[in-house]
Formats: sequence, C-alpha cells, structure tokens
Amino acid sequence: MTPFAELIERLVFTPSRNAKLRLLTDYFARVPDPDRGWALAALTGGLEFPAVKAGVVRGLAVERVDPALFGWSYDYVGDLAETVSLIWPKRHGANRVPSLGEVVDTMREASRSTAPALVAGLLDTFDTNERFAFLKLITGGMRIGVSARLAKVALAQYGDADVAEIEELWHGLEPPYEDLFTWLDGRAPKPSIDDKAVFRPLMLSHPLEDGDKASIDPASYRAEWKWDGIRVQVAALGDQRRLYSRTGDDISGAFPDIVEAMDFDAVLDGELLVYQDGAVQSFNRLQQRLNRKTVTARMLEEHPAWVRLYDILFDGSEDLRDLSFDDRRQRLEQWIGRIAPGRMDLSPMIDFPDWQTLDDMRSSTANSAIEGVMLKRGDSTYVAGRPKGPWYKWKRGPLTLDTVLMYAQRGHGKRSSFYSDFTFGAWRPGEDGEPELVPVGKAYFGFTDEELAQLDKWVRGHTVERFGPVRSVAPDLVLEVAFDSVGRSTRHKSGVAMRFPRISRIRWDKPAAEADHLSTLEALIVD
Amino acid sequence: MPGDFFVDPVRPAGRAVITHGHADHARPGNASVLATDQTLAIMQARYGDQAGASLQPLAYGEPVEIGEVSVRLVPAGHVLGSAQVVLEYRGSRVVVSGDYKRGADPTCAPFEPVPCDVFITEATFGLPVFRHPPAGDEIAKLLNSVALFPERSHLVGVYSLGKCQRVIALLRQAGYDRPIYLHGALIALTELYQRLGVQLGDLRPMADVAKGDLRGEIVLAPPSAIADRWSRRLPDPVVCAASGWMRVRQRARQRGVELPMIISDHADWDELLATIDEVDAPEVWVTHGREEALVHQVTQSGRRAQALSLVGFEDDAVD
Repeated sequence: MTPFAELIERLVFTPSRNAKLRLLTDYFARVPDPDRGWALAALTGGLEFPAVKAGVVRGLAVERVDPALFGWSYDYVGDLAETVSLIWPKRHGANRVPSLGEVVDTMREASRSTAPALVAGLLDTFDTNERFAFLKLITGGMRIGVSARLAKVALAQYGDADVAEIEELWHGLEPPYEDLFTWLDGRAPKPSIDDKAVFRPLMLSHPLEDGDKASIDPASYRAEWKWDGIRVQVAALGDQRRLYSRTGDDISGAFPDIVEAMDFDAVLDGELLVYQDGAVQSFNRLQQRLNRKTVTARMLEEHPAWVRLYDILFDGSEDLRDLSFDDRRQRLEQWIGRIAPGRMDLSPMIDFPDWQTLDDMRSSTANSAIEGVMLKRGDSTYVAGRPKGPWYKWKRGPLTLDTVLMYAQRGHGKRSSFYSDFTFGAWRPGEDGEPELVPVGKAYFGFTDEELAQLDKWVRGHTVERFGPVRSVAPDLVLEVAFDSVGRSTRHKSGVAMRFPRISRIRWDKPAAEADHLSTLEALIVD
Repeated sequence: MPGDFFVDPVRPAGRAVITHGHADHARPGNASVLATDQTLAIMQARYGDQAGASLQPLAYGEPVEIGEVSVRLVPAGHVLGSAQVVLEYRGSRVVVSGDYKRGADPTCAPFEPVPCDVFITEATFGLPVFRHPPAGDEIAKLLNSVALFPERSHLVGVYSLGKCQRVIALLRQAGYDRPIYLHGALIALTELYQRLGVQLGDLRPMADVAKGDLRGEIVLAPPSAIADRWSRRLPDPVVCAASGWMRVRQRARQRGVELPMIISDHADWDELLATIDEVDAPEVWVTHGREEALVHQVTQSGRRAQALSLVGFEDDAVD
C-alpha cells in the first residue's frame, strides 16, 4: 500500500503531463504484480467496492474521535477522506502494512455487514497518506487528474509499445492485468483477445491548413459532413455489445437505447448525436446524456440518441480495415441496406468539384449540427492514430466576440508564476442604466508564450483587487475570443455558456467601451 | 504583572522579554530587551539599530530578578536561540512557551519541559488533523524526487529564520553533500547561523549561477518567491514547500506546491497534549492558533483551560 499511497500523493499535486507520466512509469517499473495492476485499475476507474459507503467511513471516525474535535477538523479540512486520514488515532502495535493487492482482495470480499470492521482494521495499520489513498480507493473517484488515456500512454512508454495496441487490448483484459505487464516486460507474447467486442483504436484526422489545399487533389478525396456530436465506436460481436468513446472508454451504460439497437455483428465508426423529429439536435442536448453511468427513462425519451455512421471496421468477424475507404464505404452502404439497424443512419457524402465549392458549402450551411466537413482520401486504409495525409477535418470558421478582461488567475506547473487563466465579460445594461460587465467565459489558451508574458505584465499593472490566486483588473483590455458555439446555461450569471472558448487576439488597440454586448452573444445561441 | 515587563510585546515596550527572533514575536523599538544571545544576534541582524536601546543577553537556565519576579529562559526547540520564559513570583510558577516543538532539530537546543502552575501554550497546530510525520521522511521525499527528475531543479519554499537552516541541516544529515543554492533573502540569517556554530556545508547564492547549471540542484527561497516571477530563473522547477501547513492538501494546492514537505517548527497536536501532560499545570492558557479545540481537549482531561486571545497575530503564524 505504501508505494501506491506515495504515487497518489505525488500525482495529486503534479500538474505537468510529462511529470505524471514519469511518476507512473517509475511506479510500474518498481512495483511488482499484482499491485501495479490493481493501481492501474484504480486509476482507470476499473475498481469498485459497492460494500463501502462514505457514511461508513464517517461513522467509524466519530466512534474513534471526539465528535466536537472531528467537527472542527472537518470544517477546517473540507474533505471527508482527508479529514479521516489525518485524524485517525494511531494504534501502537498495529500489524504490518498490507500490500495493495491484499487490500483489494480483502475489500472485494467484504459485505455491507463486514465492511466497517475491515475498514477500521486497515485504517489502524496505515499511516496518514496510506489512509487517504485507501479511503479514496474504496469510496470511488480518485480524482487525481489522471485520465484512463494518460494511464495507457504511461503503459505504452513503460513497455515501449504503441498506445493504440494497448487501447485495442484494453477491454479484453481484466485487472490486475498481469498478462499485459508480462507482455510489456518482454517476458511473454502480446495477450490474445480474439472474438471479443474490444475497442479498435480510431483513425483520426488533421486540421486542413491553408497550405494543404494546394498540394492535394480534390478528385482523390471524398467529403462528408463533420457532425457535431461525439465520435464513437459501435462494437457488437456475439453476445457482447459495447459503445466506446474516441479514447476507448466504455460508455454503453449511459446509452441503453443505442445498445438495444445493436442486434448485429459488426464494428462501426460514427458520430453519437441526439436525434429528434427527423433532425440532429444541438450538442447541448447531447451533453445532457454524457458523463453518466446510468440514464433515466425520462432522459431517454427527452434526448433520444442516434449514431450517424461514417465507416465500417468489421462485418461479422471479417476485418475490413485494410480495404480502401471507397471499398469500405461501399461495404457500409450494403451493410446498412442488409441490416437496416435501428437508431442509426448513413452519413451522406458531399459531391464537390473543387475546393471553392466545398468551402462555400462548409461556410454557408445553416445546420448548426454541422461542425464542418471531413475529407478522406479514397484509397486510405483504416489505421489507428492520426496519420498525416489520408484524413483532414475542415471546420467552419469559429464565432468570435470582443470581450473585456475581468479576472486573471495564476496557472499551474510551468505557468504557476503567470496569470494565465482569464475570465472575460461582455457589456449589458446595469440596474442604474449604465453599462456593466458580466462574465461570459474563461479561457487559458490561444495565445503565444510571448503574448502570455505581455498579458501577465498587464494584469500585474492593472490589478484592482486580489482574492488569493485571483486578481480583478481594471476593465480596460479587450480580448477577442473565438468559440465553437454558445448555449444557454443556468449555472452562469450571464445565462450563457461558450463551447471551447480560446483567446484569438489581444486587442491592445480597442477601447473597452467598444467591446461586444451580451445581447450579441445571446443572438448566437442554438438550442 | 509585578515586574513591569512584557513577553513578546506587539507594541514597543519599556522592558521586553523576547522568546525568539521571528518577526511576530520579536519586534523592533523596545527600550530594553532581554533574550538569549542568539535571539539578540538575530534581532540585530534583522533590525540593526532598532533591535532595542539596551540589549541584555541571558543564558539558558540562568535566573534574573526583574522587580519581584524571577525570570529564567529555557530552550523551546523552535529555532536557534528560542526560549520559554519561566516566571516565578511568590511561590507560583508560570511558563510562557513561546513557539515550540518537540521533534529533533539539528540547529537548536531541544525543548525542556518545566513543571508549572500555569502553562501558557501556543496552539498553531491545535487541531487533531495536524500530526507531523518524521522530518527525515519528508527530506527523503525530496531526495527521491531529485533522483526521479534529474533534469529539473527543486525549489523549496522555507521561512528565512529557522526552517531554511533546519532543512539544510536535515539534508546534510541525510547525506546530501552537493552545494545548496539560496535566494538572496535567505543568506544573511543563514550566515549568522554558521557564525553561531551551526554546520550547514557548501551553500551558494543562486544569483551567481546560470539557469542551466541549476538542473538537478536544490534551491531554497522564501515562500513568497516560489510561485512568482522570481522562480522563472530556474529550469522547470519542482515547486516544494516545507511547512506544517502542507499537511492539508487544499493549502498546498492553493500555493501551487507540487511537492509538499510537512516539516514544522511548531508542536503538532500530539506534542501539544504530551507537553501539557509533562508540565502538569493545573491551569492552561492557550494562545496563537486554534484555541477552541485545544481548550476543549485539555478541559476533558480535567485541567482548567482558557483561550487567551492576543491581538496582532495572524491566523497563519510563521511556520
């Protein structure tokens, strides 16, 4: 348990992605099986202990500690697991600290009635950091800034493998992943995962840059709309049906409507959307259904899910990935004709004679569910990752708004000495009739390092008030903000929320009074 | 008080007894100052002429009469020269702890418990969530990180008096013999420690060193500098901080600390309670910190206890 607790402790405070990778690969190299595999499962959300609830932990704490002292401490610390880990009284002569594997075994066998005593016994053997890691482990949600994707990248680095290989294996493997580590250590061949509805890493595209158009021939590329949902893989083989996100997270649980429609044997690539009254609905509607483990009947009815199919990877057990895009497209059309799947349809192709026509179509479509167009070379095979050349995405130009900088916050890691997170506002009529600023969004990228240094200097020179790491600044600097769309939001004071906002230009020249008004932003809302 | 003097006065006084050199205890401008010779040296280094019109050194354990009160200084284990003030008047003994700790510190004399009738204790870490781990383990965390990130520098936030020199001494105890680099604000007091006989090894001003040469090195700076513009002079620093406040994650995160090191010069909860039991005072006055929890706990154990609220002290005492 000790190395795991040390790892968690470091990861909690480490902002940099590279440093996190270093900590993870170091851990995988130092710690034996099965502990490193259990740690991997904990970090990727693959471990659950339903017998333990947060209430149990709190109950144990107030049995051991004076309730008044516990109350003051909890008020001060603010996090239950952390408070308990700090306040738990030492027991002399406690047992040897068990390994992570032993802890997992113990807790997996626990029932609701035996769990409290087991938890108390383990807390007695641990030190503060071990208690914290243990409590986070058993009450779910490590929330330490390590995504499943990052853990897989660390595995790839550790074993000098391709992350696509690990993603492909991932859902065919079980914790504590000993076969995976044995392979990464070079002591056994790659685990075999045939005939399972595992995730096949997606083929991704590069943005089309201005220079690209001159060097590629439109006749060799096919175009289709880029739909504004989330990219998914539909994998149904035998009795297994799974819906995967772009990074290989299994999101089947949140989309039982799609899973029910998967009564076929195939692996498909498509866009997950909300589809109602014969039309694709806004991304905002889809968002209601994302990041959930389960879904209510009401949500299923209000926001029905749909998959618009782009590609076919497997027809039954036949692997089509080595076929050309044109051949796969033909197979996809035939497959849809043959199977007629529910809750799915074909993404239509767009005919275009030249770039200019496509550009006009891309820019002029009134359909807010379209993000732009995709270009796929007719002879391209389906390869994992993001090869340069075969696929391009060509997004519609972003929306922009001239806003006024209101607050700046210190960044993290390399940016900890810079004010790098910016909250900006738009004008609206105040109660006294004078215009006032209301925050409309926050962005922390879009600028160069040199511009960041200038912004940091400006913030320091125009600070009006400080609140811890945040400064409010004089409303004098105009920032042009680019964003993909804007929706209504009850969580923001302005009533609007931008999607993917970034600083597109610093308007040193523009007087703040001439920045945009909230009404301009409201007019861009899509529901 | 009979004797007409003040312990650690917040405003200039005619006669002051100073427990130790931290700025929230030792303030400038007193007419006459009684303290250990190390504390007086620290005050002179900090305040020059303003340290006090008349400076009277008093060795540990040596009694002096002020009016009808006998005054004696006893080691507090907090920083170099730090003292408890033992006051005796008509057969009663009051001990003012000043700031203290019980853990080992190679840079100062260890705390000596003095049985008394009234014990006035600090309570900076007067909540049971504050339990300081062994300082050696925290130093090991730092050294492991230096080994894991050899291309980065490690920048450790330390208070300039006490923590800075203790962290250096602990690194030396752990066998770390590379040069340790110091922010300019740390140099004067560190040199004073060396002059007063504390061995700290090879120390260098950071200002003289090229950025690239600090890869793999340990640099110490005041807490205010670790996450601000000054730190840009260092190659991709791992920001560390050595303080008892680092025990609470949210505190560490707010300060942008990547490697919190829980090293404190104040007693933790267990040390506060153990000390109160050792001095066995029937009456305990609690000051400097989270008084309510400690008063509650001491009262439960059958002693009289009360909070002694002092003005002029910040919530986050120097640690």
